[in-house]
Amino acid sequence: MEAFSLLMQGFSVLLTWKILALMLVGLLLGIFVGVLPGLGGPNGVAILLPLTFTMDPTSAIVMLSCIYWGALFGGAITSILFNIPGEAWSVATTFDGYPMAQQGKAAEALTAAFTSSFIGSLVAVLLITFLAPRIASFALRFGPPEFFAVYLLTFCSFVGLGREAKHKTLISMALGLLLAAVGMDTVSGRLRMTFGFEPLLRGVNFLVAVIGLFGISEILLTMEERLALRGHTAKIGLKTVLKVWRELPRYWATLLRSSVIGCWLGITPGGAIAASFMGYNMAKRFSKNPETFGTGRIEGVFAPETAAHASGTSALLPMLALGIPGSGTAAILLGGLMVWGLNPGPLLFVEHKDFVWGLIASMYLGNVVGLVIVLTTVPIFASILRVPFAAVAPMIVVSCAIGAYAIQNAMFDVWLMLLFGVVGYVFKKIGVPLAPFTLALVLGNRSEDAFRLSMIGAGGDMRVFWSNSLVGTITTLAIVLLFWPLIGRIFSGVGRLWRPART
Amino acid sequence: MRGARLCPLSQRAMPPPDTEIVVDDPTEPDDRSPAVTSTRKVEAAVYVALLALAAVLAYDNWRSGMGWAKDGPQSGYLPFYLCLILAGASLWGLGTLLVRRAQQGKPFVTRDQLRRVLQVFVPTLLFCVAMQWLGLYVASFLLIAGFMRYVGRIAWWKCLVTSVVFVGVMFGTFDVAFDVIMPKGPLEALFGK
Repeated sequence: MEAFSLLMQGFSVLLTWKILALMLVGLLLGIFVGVLPGLGGPNGVAILLPLTFTMDPTSAIVMLSCIYWGALFGGAITSILFNIPGEAWSVATTFDGYPMAQQGKAAEALTAAFTSSFIGSLVAVLLITFLAPRIASFALRFGPPEFFAVYLLTFCSFVGLGREAKHKTLISMALGLLLAAVGMDTVSGRLRMTFGFEPLLRGVNFLVAVIGLFGISEILLTMEERLALRGHTAKIGLKTVLKVWRELPRYWATLLRSSVIGCWLGITPGGAIAASFMGYNMAKRFSKNPETFGTGRIEGVFAPETAAHASGTSALLPMLALGIPGSGTAAILLGGLMVWGLNPGPLLFVEHKDFVWGLIASMYLGNVVGLVIVLTTVPIFASILRVPFAAVAPMIVVSCAIGAYAIQNAMFDVWLMLLFGVVGYVFKKIGVPLAPFTLALVLGNRSEDAFRLSMIGAGGDMRVFWSNSLVGTITTLAIVLLFWPLIGRIFSGVGRLWRPART
Repeated sequence: MRGARLCPLSQRAMPPPDTEIVVDDPTEPDDRSPAVTSTRKVEAAVYVALLALAAVLAYDNWRSGMGWAKDGPQSGYLPFYLCLILAGASLWGLGTLLVRRAQQGKPFVTRDQLRRVLQVFVPTLLFCVAMQWLGLYVASFLLIAGFMRYVGRIAWWKCLVTSVVFVGVMFGTFDVAFDVIMPKGPLEALFGK
C-alpha cells in the first residue's frame, strides 16, 4: 500500500487555501472554455498555460488539470442542451442526451452525464494511482534504445491504427517531426533548417503551434458555420440528482464496460475520441432493445460519457509514467512540464514525488469538486451561450495572442501563431488530422535524441533495437502496428481462402 | 427578448419546465452561396506546397550532412529522411486524388463562408500589426470594440464597456498579478509604465 500513503501525502500537499482556490478557478475556467463554441479542452489549456508560468509546478499543474476536467464536464452541457458537441468526444453524448432534453428531461440527462463522467474518471484515476508508479519503476531500467522503441511504437500506432487516410496521418506526423528539428541541433550544435533567419534559432515552439492550430483555426471554422442556436435551459434539483443516482446501480454493466473501454483507448495513443463512440456502440449492442437507443435513453448518456472521461483521464497515465502523452491535451500538459523545468518520464516519480502525487490527488479532488460545481451551476453556464459570438471571438483572439507572446516574449511567435491558425484551418477542412502533428512536435526532439544516443552507444549499429527481448519486442510491435492495415488485409484474405476449403 | 423568458417555475412543473435559449445569427452564410473553390483543388494545392517544402528542407539537410558518421547519424540524417517521407506521402495523396476522380465538386468554402472567415481573419491580422506599435492592450481594446460594433452590430456602449472591462481584467491578471509582461505602446508610456 505504498501508493496509498504517497497519495495521502499528495492530498496533504493540496490542502492549502491557495491550491484549493486555484483548483476552483481552474474548474470554472475549464467549464467556461468547454461550454463556449470554438474552444475546447486543448485550446483552453494552451491559452491559459501562460498564466501558470510564474507559479510553482504543483500549483500550475493542479490548475491546468482542473481546467481540463472542467472542459470535459462543460462539453456535456452544450451537447445535451444545444445538440452542439463541444468536443469531438461529446458527439456520442448528443445521440441520446439531446432527445432527452427535448422531452423535458434535460436535468436527468445532465445529471447522468456528470455522474458518469465522474465515475469514468474515478476508475481511470484509480488505475493511474496503482499502475503508473509500477510502469514508471519498470521504465527506470529503460535506456535510450528502449525509449526510442517506445516513441516509435507511439508514432507507428498513430499511423497504423488511426482512422484517417494513412497518407494524411503520415504528412501530419512528418511535418511535426520536421518542425521539431528546426533550430539548434542538440547533439552536434549545428543549425538546421533555419535558413539564416534569426527567430528560428530557438526552433518552433510547441505551445505557439498548439494555440494557432487549435485556438485561431477553431475560430475561423466556427465563423464559417451558422451560429444561430436553439437549446434548452435546465436547473438541476436535488430530487433529480437523487433519482438518477438511485437508478445508477442498474446500469453497472454499462458503466463498467465503458470505463474499461475508455481506460484502454485512453492509454493507447490517439484513441481518446474513439472511446466515446465505442462505449456507446457496445452499450447498444449489449442492450436488450437496441432500437430504442437514440430516442432519449439514459443509458445512451451513461455509456459515452463514462468512456470519454475514462479515456481523457487515463491519457495522462503514459504521460506521467513514460513521458508519452495519450491525447492532445496530455501533450500540452507535457509541454507545460517542460516549461516548468521538469523532465517528463519515469524519473518524475523519483525526483518530484510531491509534484506527481499532488497531481494524482488533484485528479480525485478536482473531479469531486467539479461534479458539485457543474451540478449546481448549469443554468449559469448554459446562459453563457447567449453571449453573441461577435463578442466572444475577439476575446479569444486576444487571449491566444497573449498566450503565444508570453511563452518567449517574442512577437515572431504571434505571427507564427497566425500562420498555424491558417494551416490548421486548411488541414481540418481537407481532413489532415492534427493530433499526430501535436504529438510529433512535442516528442520530436526527445525521440531524435534517444535515437542518436542509442546509435552512439551501439557504434551506429541498427541491431541495437533488437539487442534484448524487451526492446526487440517493442520495436517489432511498432513495425507490426505500422503495417497493421496491410497485415489485417492479408489475414482476412488468407481467411477467405481457407473458408471455402473447409465447407 | 433574448434571456427575458427565463421561466420561474420549479423543476417538476409540467409542461416541460425548460425554456428555450434562442440566439439568432442575422448574417448567417447562405447554403446556396456559390463555392469559391473545391476541396479537391485545395487538397492538391496543399500536396504540391508540401512537396516544395519537403524539397527545400531536404536540400538544407543534405547541405548540413545527411550521411552516417562513425558515431551514428549526422545532424541532417533524420530530417532528410523525414523530408522523403513527407514528399512520399504528398505524392501518395496526389495519386489518390487522381484515382478518385469521381468525387469532385465538394466545395472547400462557399463565398458567404469565406466572407465570414475573412471578417475574423483580417481584423486579427490588423490586430497583430497594431500590437507592435500600440501595445497589446490598446490593440486589444480596438479589436474587441471594433469587432463587436462592425461585425456583431452590437450597441456602442455595450462594445465599449465589454472591451474596457476585458482589457482591464487581462491587464490586472497578466501584468499585475502574474508578472507576465506584454508589449506596451505610447498610451502606457504616458502613464510611465
